[in-house]
Amino acid sequence: MSRPENATALVTGASKGIGSAIAKALAADGWNVAVNYRSDEDGANATVKAIEDAGGTAKAYQADVSNGAPDELFKQVEDDLGPVIALVNNAGVTADGLALQLDDEAWDKVIGTNLTAAFRLTRRAMRPMIKARYGRIVNVASVVGPRANAGQSNYAAAKAGLIGMTKTVAAEVARRGVTVNAVAPGFIETDMTKDLPEGVLDVIPARRVGTPEDVAAAVRFLASEDAGYVTGTTLFVDGGMSA
Amino acid sequence: MAATVTPEAVEKTVVEALPQFGVDESQISRDATFEELDVDSLDLAELSQIIEDEYGVQLKGDDVGKIKTVGDAIDLVVSRAG
Repeated sequence: MSRPENATALVTGASKGIGSAIAKALAADGWNVAVNYRSDEDGANATVKAIEDAGGTAKAYQADVSNGAPDELFKQVEDDLGPVIALVNNAGVTADGLALQLDDEAWDKVIGTNLTAAFRLTRRAMRPMIKARYGRIVNVASVVGPRANAGQSNYAAAKAGLIGMTKTVAAEVARRGVTVNAVAPGFIETDMTKDLPEGVLDVIPARRVGTPEDVAAAVRFLASEDAGYVTGTTLFVDGGMSA
Repeated sequence: MAATVTPEAVEKTVVEALPQFGVDESQISRDATFEELDVDSLDLAELSQIIEDEYGVQLKGDDVGKIKTVGDAIDLVVSRAG
């Protein structure tokens, strides 16, 4: 089955870094792209402009996805661009600290944005996808979760949870033509990872950190028609770190 | 604007919706169980969505678990709207 007309992809946290690269890659693949951001309006506008300059269609939408129901955001996107047939849950935050010292606020913040918000967006997004018998959901997880990273128990719990949710939701809706997958980036050059620990390259077989475009290429594939029989899986984009 | 809930209207909606899940229209009756009709939990979730869109009546996962027959589904929607 082919992608419906005016198919729109909603990418959360798309003002910079991996989210911005994903938005651009999907636009290059013919999707209308809703560029969601929380606070970085300039970054979101720059992403939209880059897409438009390349001949694509995009629009920026401010919304804090960790703030309750996403219905309003979806309605705006549907009115402006078309039905949301792809959702990329990319918005993520960190609030690091050893578990011994991690307070409730840091725990709740990371679980709320990285896991709970992704679930609520997924639940809302699936409705029109099931009706259309076509949909693509891609969750941006992490190598942290499947493996340990001291100081990130909250982040690891959220990302491991995201992978678990991906598998189960995929199994629930597979027969309606809706696929649900995750990508698990390793060390990627972004603002969130600018303070890389010394010696990190020693544990990456590729001996380089990844780029946002490396991750975006994987998302672009999972969102494509070609990936229609790929569901419930996690694609590691980590230079072999998890091998 | 949601449509007015009457047993007849809900029955019509349900009867019209079920064939899209592969149900043979001739087998649909109030007493038919969803199991007999080969309507599974995802189909019921989608049927709930159709009913919510049409009548504004929201059915949750718990509710859907209790529904056994076509008649149960219609009665539940009507009772929720009342």
